Amino acid sequence: MIQRQQIVLLLLLLALTLLSFLISFSSGSSQLGFAEVIAQLLNREPGLEQQILYELRIPRSTAAFVTGALLAMSGVIMQVLLRNPLADPYILGISGGAAVAALSAISLGLAGYWVSYAAFFGALLSIVIVFGLARSSHNWSATRLLLTGIVVSAGWGALINIILSTSANNSVYSMLFWLMGDLSVSRAGFFSILILVLGLLVMMYFARSLNVLSRGDLQASALGVNVPRLKLILYFTASILTACAVSIAGTIGFVGLVIPHMLRLLGARDHRVLIPASLLLGGNFLMIADSFARTVIAPQQLPVGVVTAVIGVPVFLLILRHTGRRVRE
Amino acid sequence: MSSTPHSNLILETRDLHLSIAGTAICKHLTLHVAPGQCVGILGQNGTGKTTLLHTLMGLRGAASGEILLEGRHLNAWSRKALATRLGILFQSTQDIMPSTVLETALLGRHPHLADWQWESVLDEQVARDALAAMGIAELAQREVNSLSGGERQRLAVAALLTQQPQLFLLDEPGNHLDIAYQVQALNLLRTHVLAQQAGLCMATHDINLAARYCDQILLLLGGGEFLLGTCAHVLTEEHLSLAYGCQIRRVELEGRAVFFPA
Repeated sequence: MIQRQQIVLLLLLLALTLLSFLISFSSGSSQLGFAEVIAQLLNREPGLEQQILYELRIPRSTAAFVTGALLAMSGVIMQVLLRNPLADPYILGISGGAAVAALSAISLGLAGYWVSYAAFFGALLSIVIVFGLARSSHNWSATRLLLTGIVVSAGWGALINIILSTSANNSVYSMLFWLMGDLSVSRAGFFSILILVLGLLVMMYFARSLNVLSRGDLQASALGVNVPRLKLILYFTASILTACAVSIAGTIGFVGLVIPHMLRLLGARDHRVLIPASLLLGGNFLMIADSFARTVIAPQQLPVGVVTAVIGVPVFLLILRHTGRRVRE
Repeated sequence: MSSTPHSNLILETRDLHLSIAGTAICKHLTLHVAPGQCVGILGQNGTGKTTLLHTLMGLRGAASGEILLEGRHLNAWSRKALATRLGILFQSTQDIMPSTVLETALLGRHPHLADWQWESVLDEQVARDALAAMGIAELAQREVNSLSGGERQRLAVAALLTQQPQLFLLDEPGNHLDIAYQVQALNLLRTHVLAQQAGLCMATHDINLAARYCDQILLLLGGGEFLLGTCAHVLTEEHLSLAYGCQIRRVELEGRAVFFPA
């Protein structure tokens, strides 16, 4: 049974989403405030303001929202799949593969979409490698998957350092921005929005099974869940969501780790609520963080990954303290 | 016993061979669980009581032989349909993600719900009744990780009752329970099984518990050997001493057989 407080939570998040979009649309180095944005949205008037809003800010805010939503959803899935509350979208090495490919593209002098395509390809490669190595004949153990992912990540990390230490200075700068996670040139195309919607549908279909799976493989099997099949679906869904996010904006940290936990603390434990709530809160969080990144030292911009870490670290430490206290009680 | 099909049996094994890591658990096991019947599985540590229960649940395959549920081969059932007929109480439960007592009990409704369907008021009532039957109704909103071991075990039994299976498979149902709660839980299950004409198999190390509640005893002797029959037939000093590797005495007390090591 859905509880009233959970409906209220989802409605609040929807309202917050509207507000976040407005804040995000009105943040930037040029003066285009709240009132002008609303006026332009209601009644489109040609001119510089219209150009800034429709060609720069709306695409960027959308990219931020989609990326944050993809990462938060992927985080929820990884935490159930690996039965580990500290799992995040990058834990299985997907971001490492994407980074190696993206950095290679940058060092070849490519930019823009080519880096995104390279990142997506690198992520897919890593997904296949980890899947191939972690898969044993009959069972998918979370520990085996986790260890494989961590070792593959470490391998990618070494390659990243090789590329960084052997590249020309000017390209190292863009590489570091990519690694920290940056939305300044990002666009969320139709493809990534499609992936987000499909991911949401698939996960909502399996949401009740996720509630059961978080009690362990045996318990889930005993309650009628086809565990090997579900794990396969979870692995590939989370991976594709992550790959998509990474190819939009590089490796933005903390969204996928912190958002699911924040929502669980707010009472959204049922995955039928947690998944859509993560999508919304993840999207909002990254849009707001990106608004900061654009305005804090304007006209210069910070990589948004720095902002999410600055917000994410204290929030996560607070959550850890809070949950620690609750367990002791 | 005859080899004709027993269409009214809940569970039937035919010539079942089981082994784990090269060690045989049972050979040629033909076990029948009729409606209203309780079967006790006894045997020393490591003789395969849990493995046998998991096999009956369809969680692992048998080396050879057949398991039939309601006359149909276990493999012919979908995982989900199976979960509406068979329910298992595991030896231990894992709670990594936070959850309340009521949410945990409600998981038992999972196999009964269709895709996209939410638990109804009726489902919640089934769960609340089960919690009340186990005497933990007032804990409904408590966090599971704040419960004691015994309360968790009672919650696990309540979740199993919420699942409403036709065959209850219990792995050490007395775990963590004080003697009063052991008797309460098993009295309740025994009554439920009789009233609903369901079946029950329980693996336990407690001979007295098995003798008190079971109609049939499967005593695993190790190396694939076993004894199967009524309590009076199987639970003799000679058999038990052989099975457990120590001298076991049986005395009659107030019309009940009581077992203890000599």
